[in-house]
Amino acid sequence: MQDQKGAHTMLHVGLNHYLVLSGVLFSIGVLGVLLRKNALIILMSIELMLNAVNLSFVAFSKYAQNMDGQIMVFFVMTIAAAEAAVGLAIAVAVFKRFKEVNIAHFENLKG
Amino acid sequence: MTDKFLIATMLLSPLIGFLINGLLVNYNNKSYLRSGIVATVAAAISFLAAATLFLKLLGVSAPEVVKAHFFEWINVGQFKANAAFVVDHISGIMILIITGVGTLIHLYSIGYMSHDEKPAKYFSYLNLFLFNMLILVLGDNLLLLFVGWEGVGLCSYLLIGFWFTDSEKAKAGMKAFVVNRIGDAGFILGLFLIFILFKTVEFEELAKLTYAPELGWGLLTFATMFLFIGATGKSAQIPLYVWLPDAMAGPTPVSALIHAATMVTAGVYMIVRLNFMFMATPNTMMLIATIGALTAVFAASIGLFQNDIKKILAYSTVSQLGYMFLGVGVGAFKAGMFHLMTHAFFKALMFLGAGSVIHGMHEEQDVRKMGGLSKKMPITYLTFLFGWLAIIGTPLFSGFFSKDEILWKTFASPMGSKFLWFLGVLGAALTAFYMTRLMALTFWGKSRVDKSVHVHESPIVMTLPLVILAVLSLIGGWVGIPEVIGHIFSIPNGWEHWLSKQVVDAAAHGSHLEEWLTMATSVILAGCSAYCAYFIYTKKADALEKLKNQYGKIYNIISNKYYIDELYQKTIVVPLVLLSKWFWSFVDVKIVDRTTYLLADIVRGAGSSLRLMVNGNVQQYALYIVAGMVAVLVVILTR
Repeated sequence: MQDQKGAHTMLHVGLNHYLVLSGVLFSIGVLGVLLRKNALIILMSIELMLNAVNLSFVAFSKYAQNMDGQIMVFFVMTIAAAEAAVGLAIAVAVFKRFKEVNIAHFENLKG
Repeated sequence: MTDKFLIATMLLSPLIGFLINGLLVNYNNKSYLRSGIVATVAAAISFLAAATLFLKLLGVSAPEVVKAHFFEWINVGQFKANAAFVVDHISGIMILIITGVGTLIHLYSIGYMSHDEKPAKYFSYLNLFLFNMLILVLGDNLLLLFVGWEGVGLCSYLLIGFWFTDSEKAKAGMKAFVVNRIGDAGFILGLFLIFILFKTVEFEELAKLTYAPELGWGLLTFATMFLFIGATGKSAQIPLYVWLPDAMAGPTPVSALIHAATMVTAGVYMIVRLNFMFMATPNTMMLIATIGALTAVFAASIGLFQNDIKKILAYSTVSQLGYMFLGVGVGAFKAGMFHLMTHAFFKALMFLGAGSVIHGMHEEQDVRKMGGLSKKMPITYLTFLFGWLAIIGTPLFSGFFSKDEILWKTFASPMGSKFLWFLGVLGAALTAFYMTRLMALTFWGKSRVDKSVHVHESPIVMTLPLVILAVLSLIGGWVGIPEVIGHIFSIPNGWEHWLSKQVVDAAAHGSHLEEWLTMATSVILAGCSAYCAYFIYTKKADALEKLKNQYGKIYNIISNKYYIDELYQKTIVVPLVLLSKWFWSFVDVKIVDRTTYLLADIVRGAGSSLRLMVNGNVQQYALYIVAGMVAVLVVILTR
């Protein structure tokens, strides 16, 4: 995809930049989820992934001159807040029991 | 009253009796009177309905058949079978015998089973038997006949093994059931073949479709042969007769009703019902006549030296059934049916008489321990005397007319032969001998009864049926007085005329002189043989011992029933058991079981290796998701 306006000004930030940033943020989030053992860090990494997606939503919305993407972001943020609340509550409960929030302890949740 | 209502009453009355005694009365209730009366009334209502239907057929402008179509039972593709019942001149006779003799035997059972533990169970089975037997004779198609056929087999099994706590009796029941299965397999094959040939199993349709005689060995011949195999099982002919003598383990009234008067004659009835088809297959007819004649002689010879009063009567039944098959086999269906009826009277009478003797002797069945009972049990003796006179073919008694009709037809029919006639006469002489022996050992001569046994005459509920059956044994044959005697007194042969609407006999050719001569031969031979037996067993017991010593080997062979049971045991039962054991220990354990174990192992192995992936580590699951996502991306991007 070629941004026609990109030729006039060097500092113009186009869609591709946003998408690359979004991809990088998302990958960092994924790696965080996969590799870190601390549940809090994992929750933060998930936030990172969600926000990477939000970023691409907003970028597309601007690019396409369409508000749908921005509205979608509100939904994602709402869900993220709810998810964080639930995740943190579980993390607190696990911490009370094991005095740390290592992801390995979550295994004990299975019936 | 409509025909439908009458037929329904006749069929349902015993069924309702069965349900009342089987479901409503406590299993362990010992009140024999109540359940006995329920069952007897059920049978009597059935008899009244049957008699009314029979009278309808008798009238001047009577219909040829009375039909009742209840519902369509099976309708699959070309195959159709209705729950429809037909009372015609054949089944009309049968329903009278079944319900009439049946009612008498129910009545008798009230006395006989008065000391039993579970009379309600007994009477419910007896009612169920009546219901099934009526279905057998009334069904308008072969399949419905087969339903009744199996139903009576079931009741027979249940009643033979009625005292199942004795393992011998339980085994006898099983033997009857298993041997009958062999015959029934033949019956089913015959039924299938008939459906393949005619695309219908309804008797009326079949009668129209059966074409001109099939002289060779076509499918129809095989069909009728298979049906005859079924008949040898149910009607205890060579080679499947072995279950009937053992069936005597059941209560004696059961032996009288099921194993003498009704169920065992089902094979004869079936052949008479399909007479048009059997007439079209002379090869089968020849086989039937030969088997019948051989069975008549063979079973009679075994009867010569049996000591159990019921076993003697059992072999006698097998032998008399042989006569019926000889009759139908030579194309004398009417004579076969005639003997079926008279035999039902006199054999039921003799079995009930034997039951009365056993009851009076407190469960003693060995004739060597009886003797001189004529004074102690006068009514039983006199009625038994009528049965004896009938079975040995004393002129004027019912057995004389029916047996001589069969013998004459065997002599004169183009399908019979002099040799078969000779076998028949030989059988008649043997019959006279063993029956006279039975009379002599049981009722005549000196008493050999143990002093401790107090012999008593049976109560009136038992003697009344005996008296009625005795009268029937005398006059039952008068409906079919052969033309050779009848024309002198201008009495028509009602029997021949009655059945001629549905049954076509093979034409017999012979002069009156020949008929008189054959008749005289069998009567004189039977008379001599009876006198010999009388002489030996009442006057010359020591001469008997001498003969026994002289011909010890032959005596042993015959008194051991020609070792047929042992032969079957060695050649069929033991190899079959060994084969089954091989199937169990090799085929089942080593092949079938191992295959399933192997399959289970494969699945379990696969499962346990896959289980490693699902270990509860959330991050690992996330990795799978990512890996999947990457894989999807790779596929999309490289396309």
